[in-house]
Amino acid sequence: MNSVILRAGARLLALLLVIFSIYMLLRGHNAPGGGFIGGLIAATGFVVFAIACGTEDARRALRFDPGSIAGAGLGIALLAGIIAAIFGDNFFTGQWLFINETEDDKGIPLSTVLVFDIGVYLVVLGAVLSITFALEESV
Amino acid sequence: MEQLLSLLIGVLVAASVYLMLARNLLRFLFGLILLSNAANLTIFVAGRLTPGAPPLIPDGVDAPVSEVANALPQALVLTAIVIGFGLFAFALVLAFRAYQSLGTLHTDEMRVAEPKEQK
Amino acid sequence: MIPTITAGDTLRFVWEWVPSLGVNVSFYIDGLSLTFALLITGIGALVMLYSARYLAGHVHQARFSFYLTSFMLAMIGLVTSDNLLALFVFWELTTITSYLLIGFNHDATKSRRSALQALLMTGVGGLALLAGIILIGTTAGTFEMSEINAMPGVLTGSVMYLPILLLVLAGAFTKSAQFPLHFWLPNAMAAPTPVSAYLHSATMVKAGVYLLARVHPSFAGTDVWLWTLTIAGAVTMVFASVMALRQTDLKLALAYTTLMALGALTLLLGNESGYTITAAATFLVVHSLYKAALFLVVGILDAQTGTRDARQLFGMARAMPITAMAAGIAALSMAGFPPFLGFIGKELKYAGALAVASEPILVAGAVLISSALMVAIAGIVSFRPFWSKSGTPIPDVKEAPWPMLVGPIILALLGAIFGIFPETLQSIVTPTVAAIVGNAEPAKELRLWAGVNLPLFLSIATFVLGFLLYAYKVQLRDWLIGITTRAPSFDNGWDRLMAGVAAGSKALTRGIQTGVLKHYMYVTFATALVALAFTLFTQTSGIPSVSWPQIALWDWLVFLLVLLGTWLTVVTNSRITAIAGLGVVGIGMAMIFILFSAPDVAITQLLVETLVVVLFAAAALKLPELDKDSFGKRPFDALLALGFGVVTTIILMKVTTGPIDRELTTFFETASWPEAFGQNIVNVILVDFRALDTFGEIAVVLIAAISIFALLRAKPEPQAEEDQP
Repeated sequence: MNSVILRAGARLLALLLVIFSIYMLLRGHNAPGGGFIGGLIAATGFVVFAIACGTEDARRALRFDPGSIAGAGLGIALLAGIIAAIFGDNFFTGQWLFINETEDDKGIPLSTVLVFDIGVYLVVLGAVLSITFALEESV
Repeated sequence: MEQLLSLLIGVLVAASVYLMLARNLLRFLFGLILLSNAANLTIFVAGRLTPGAPPLIPDGVDAPVSEVANALPQALVLTAIVIGFGLFAFALVLAFRAYQSLGTLHTDEMRVAEPKEQK
Repeated sequence: MIPTITAGDTLRFVWEWVPSLGVNVSFYIDGLSLTFALLITGIGALVMLYSARYLAGHVHQARFSFYLTSFMLAMIGLVTSDNLLALFVFWELTTITSYLLIGFNHDATKSRRSALQALLMTGVGGLALLAGIILIGTTAGTFEMSEINAMPGVLTGSVMYLPILLLVLAGAFTKSAQFPLHFWLPNAMAAPTPVSAYLHSATMVKAGVYLLARVHPSFAGTDVWLWTLTIAGAVTMVFASVMALRQTDLKLALAYTTLMALGALTLLLGNESGYTITAAATFLVVHSLYKAALFLVVGILDAQTGTRDARQLFGMARAMPITAMAAGIAALSMAGFPPFLGFIGKELKYAGALAVASEPILVAGAVLISSALMVAIAGIVSFRPFWSKSGTPIPDVKEAPWPMLVGPIILALLGAIFGIFPETLQSIVTPTVAAIVGNAEPAKELRLWAGVNLPLFLSIATFVLGFLLYAYKVQLRDWLIGITTRAPSFDNGWDRLMAGVAAGSKALTRGIQTGVLKHYMYVTFATALVALAFTLFTQTSGIPSVSWPQIALWDWLVFLLVLLGTWLTVVTNSRITAIAGLGVVGIGMAMIFILFSAPDVAITQLLVETLVVVLFAAAALKLPELDKDSFGKRPFDALLALGFGVVTTIILMKVTTGPIDRELTTFFETASWPEAFGQNIVNVILVDFRALDTFGEIAVVLIAAISIFALLRAKPEPQAEEDQP
């Protein structure tokens, strides 16, 4: 696959998919989307990239080893659960912080639920990529 | 529609059982994928079908105003799909490695652990 | 504690263990437990002292002591447990420690075989006992033996009495080696002599007798109990004493006399009269004392001279005077001469036998024969090797060291002391008898001189017969050897049984474990299908009534799309077509999810489908093409698959036409926004309400990734030729 157009297109597509995946992740709590879907979209982006430019380039573009990403994601998800325990609630109870809260508007909500979803995102992304890359490379 | 999907699931299960009884590992794998699809669909159908009403809460109210689709089976199926993917990938790689090491995909010839008895 | 028990009271300690199942660790101490506990600890201490010297310098001496101590603890637990399940646990522990001790010389094939035989025999009996105990528990409503014994008739009046009795007897008879389950005991003599003295004479084999005595209040009084115990006991007693005469190995001769004693105890426990039970309690103590002493003496002979063959040992009294004295005293007790305890024991046995409820003449006759044989064997074991002048003594033999002498001497002397002062023993026999038959039949008095009565004449007859047997022992032995070598042997039967079991299990394994994946799959699917169909048609009304409502054109199209994809996947012989078919199925699934309001699921399904195709493209194309396959070739597979599909459809139709409980869904719908601040209910369930589940699921995904990584990175094994047989 040495088409320049394909490679350039794949780069662009991958970038778009990654940005779109983050959008899907963040809106997931209120509309279709979330960590699973976001992670799968981002993974698809990198897989397209890998098919066009080879896994070596894709790995470089990813910067981190996919296995480490997945591991970190699991750690982050666990952290979200532990935070609840620190506040004295049951494990994995959502903790919320509303910035600029007013009567009508909840402001910018920050929550451990979002942290957890980011963890899911990273695990799915890392796991799918480490499977795909490993398979591509060994074939 | 539940009836039609029940029928469809029956077809999927029958096809997957037939494929899994084949002696070729790749066919077995196809059967596994179909079975996982059938299982997901079963959970989904068991929660009943509601067309045109996704389980979302409109702005400004505390709960869905009219009846919406059952959210619980959806959540279950969503994770099941991702896990099913992990299972599929593992099975595929296993078959792949088995072929590399043993040179066959025919399950009757894979007898490293249980060699044929010397008569 | 001892004064409390001898005064007739009992002690009970309870710790709840598994209260929901009625399993307690409860200990109950009455005369019966105390008698056994004293024998176990008393003889145990002497045997410990003895074996410290007997095995001095052995590589595994520490291991031996550990086994022996473990056994002692288990045995004490057994005789003091009140809860039957706890008793069973200790019972099995004695079996296991006995296995380890018999097989102590594990480099000898004979030891290993004997150990395994003992383990299997007593183990099977133990399982029967467990079944019996569970039946007792369900019948009586409690596992505490003291409570069960306090409810007269609760077992004997139950319809389950016969099964319970048979199961418990199976346990007791294997443990106490009753004919025809006796053959493991002589083989167990492969153990070191202290073990034989302790386990296979004084304590463990008496566990079965203990059990019979323990359950006596709840079980006895029926014809089945009486006849089974009487016949089994009498046959064992006569058979064993005849077999004892046949042996040239002194240890084996003693082993058979142990069998005889166990038979006698079983026989006596079949009855309820005060005489028989007093005789049982007394004989229990008598036998333990003299038999342990004699075993230890044989051990000394073995250790000092290197042989225990009756045909080689003569006149050793000059070299080993102290051993000879201990042997002599113990043997006099065994033969039942006054003023030793054995005499009292034997008189009581005669009195007991004459008081037996059934066929007293026959039973007394059996006792007479076996007692006479005891006299002869006492002579063979302890008179001939030390005093006989019919052969030359083995030269250069030294007296045993004192730790080995202490045991036999004390045990032998106790037999004499209790004989001369029977009231010392009376204090423990009385509560024992009370524990077995209650206060209705008080214990009889132990007396050396009970006046001129029938038992005394029988005793005299015994001595006369015994001396005659002793005089003709060599001829008798040769005659017996001639008979027994021609008769079928239990040991050979055992070997054939074991070989049969091994061959049977091998054939079964070959039948089940064919090594062909397809067979396993076939059995799995067929079993599942039968189970599902059976439940479906027996538990419910079978095929549901289905109404076919209006179905939209879109729905039909999706249905047909999935059907098409499935069909392609099944019938094709091309990888690419199959993968395409699977892709069609996946997309059809996604469309179903979209049509029925599951956008999140649909998106996930589409994305995963994409990735599946990518992976397949990467891997499957390196794999060989599919082989030719068609329905015609596998009609049975198609039939099974069709059946599975039909049953699945019927079940689902029943499910979807039945009622649904939406309680959980309603909770998620109403709590999603006010409590979890999320409008997408599916996502809120995933990351908030059921976050722990989701955490587990992503962990699984990660584990799958790591496994795949490891699988791919491991070096491919070369086609290993040397692995192929």
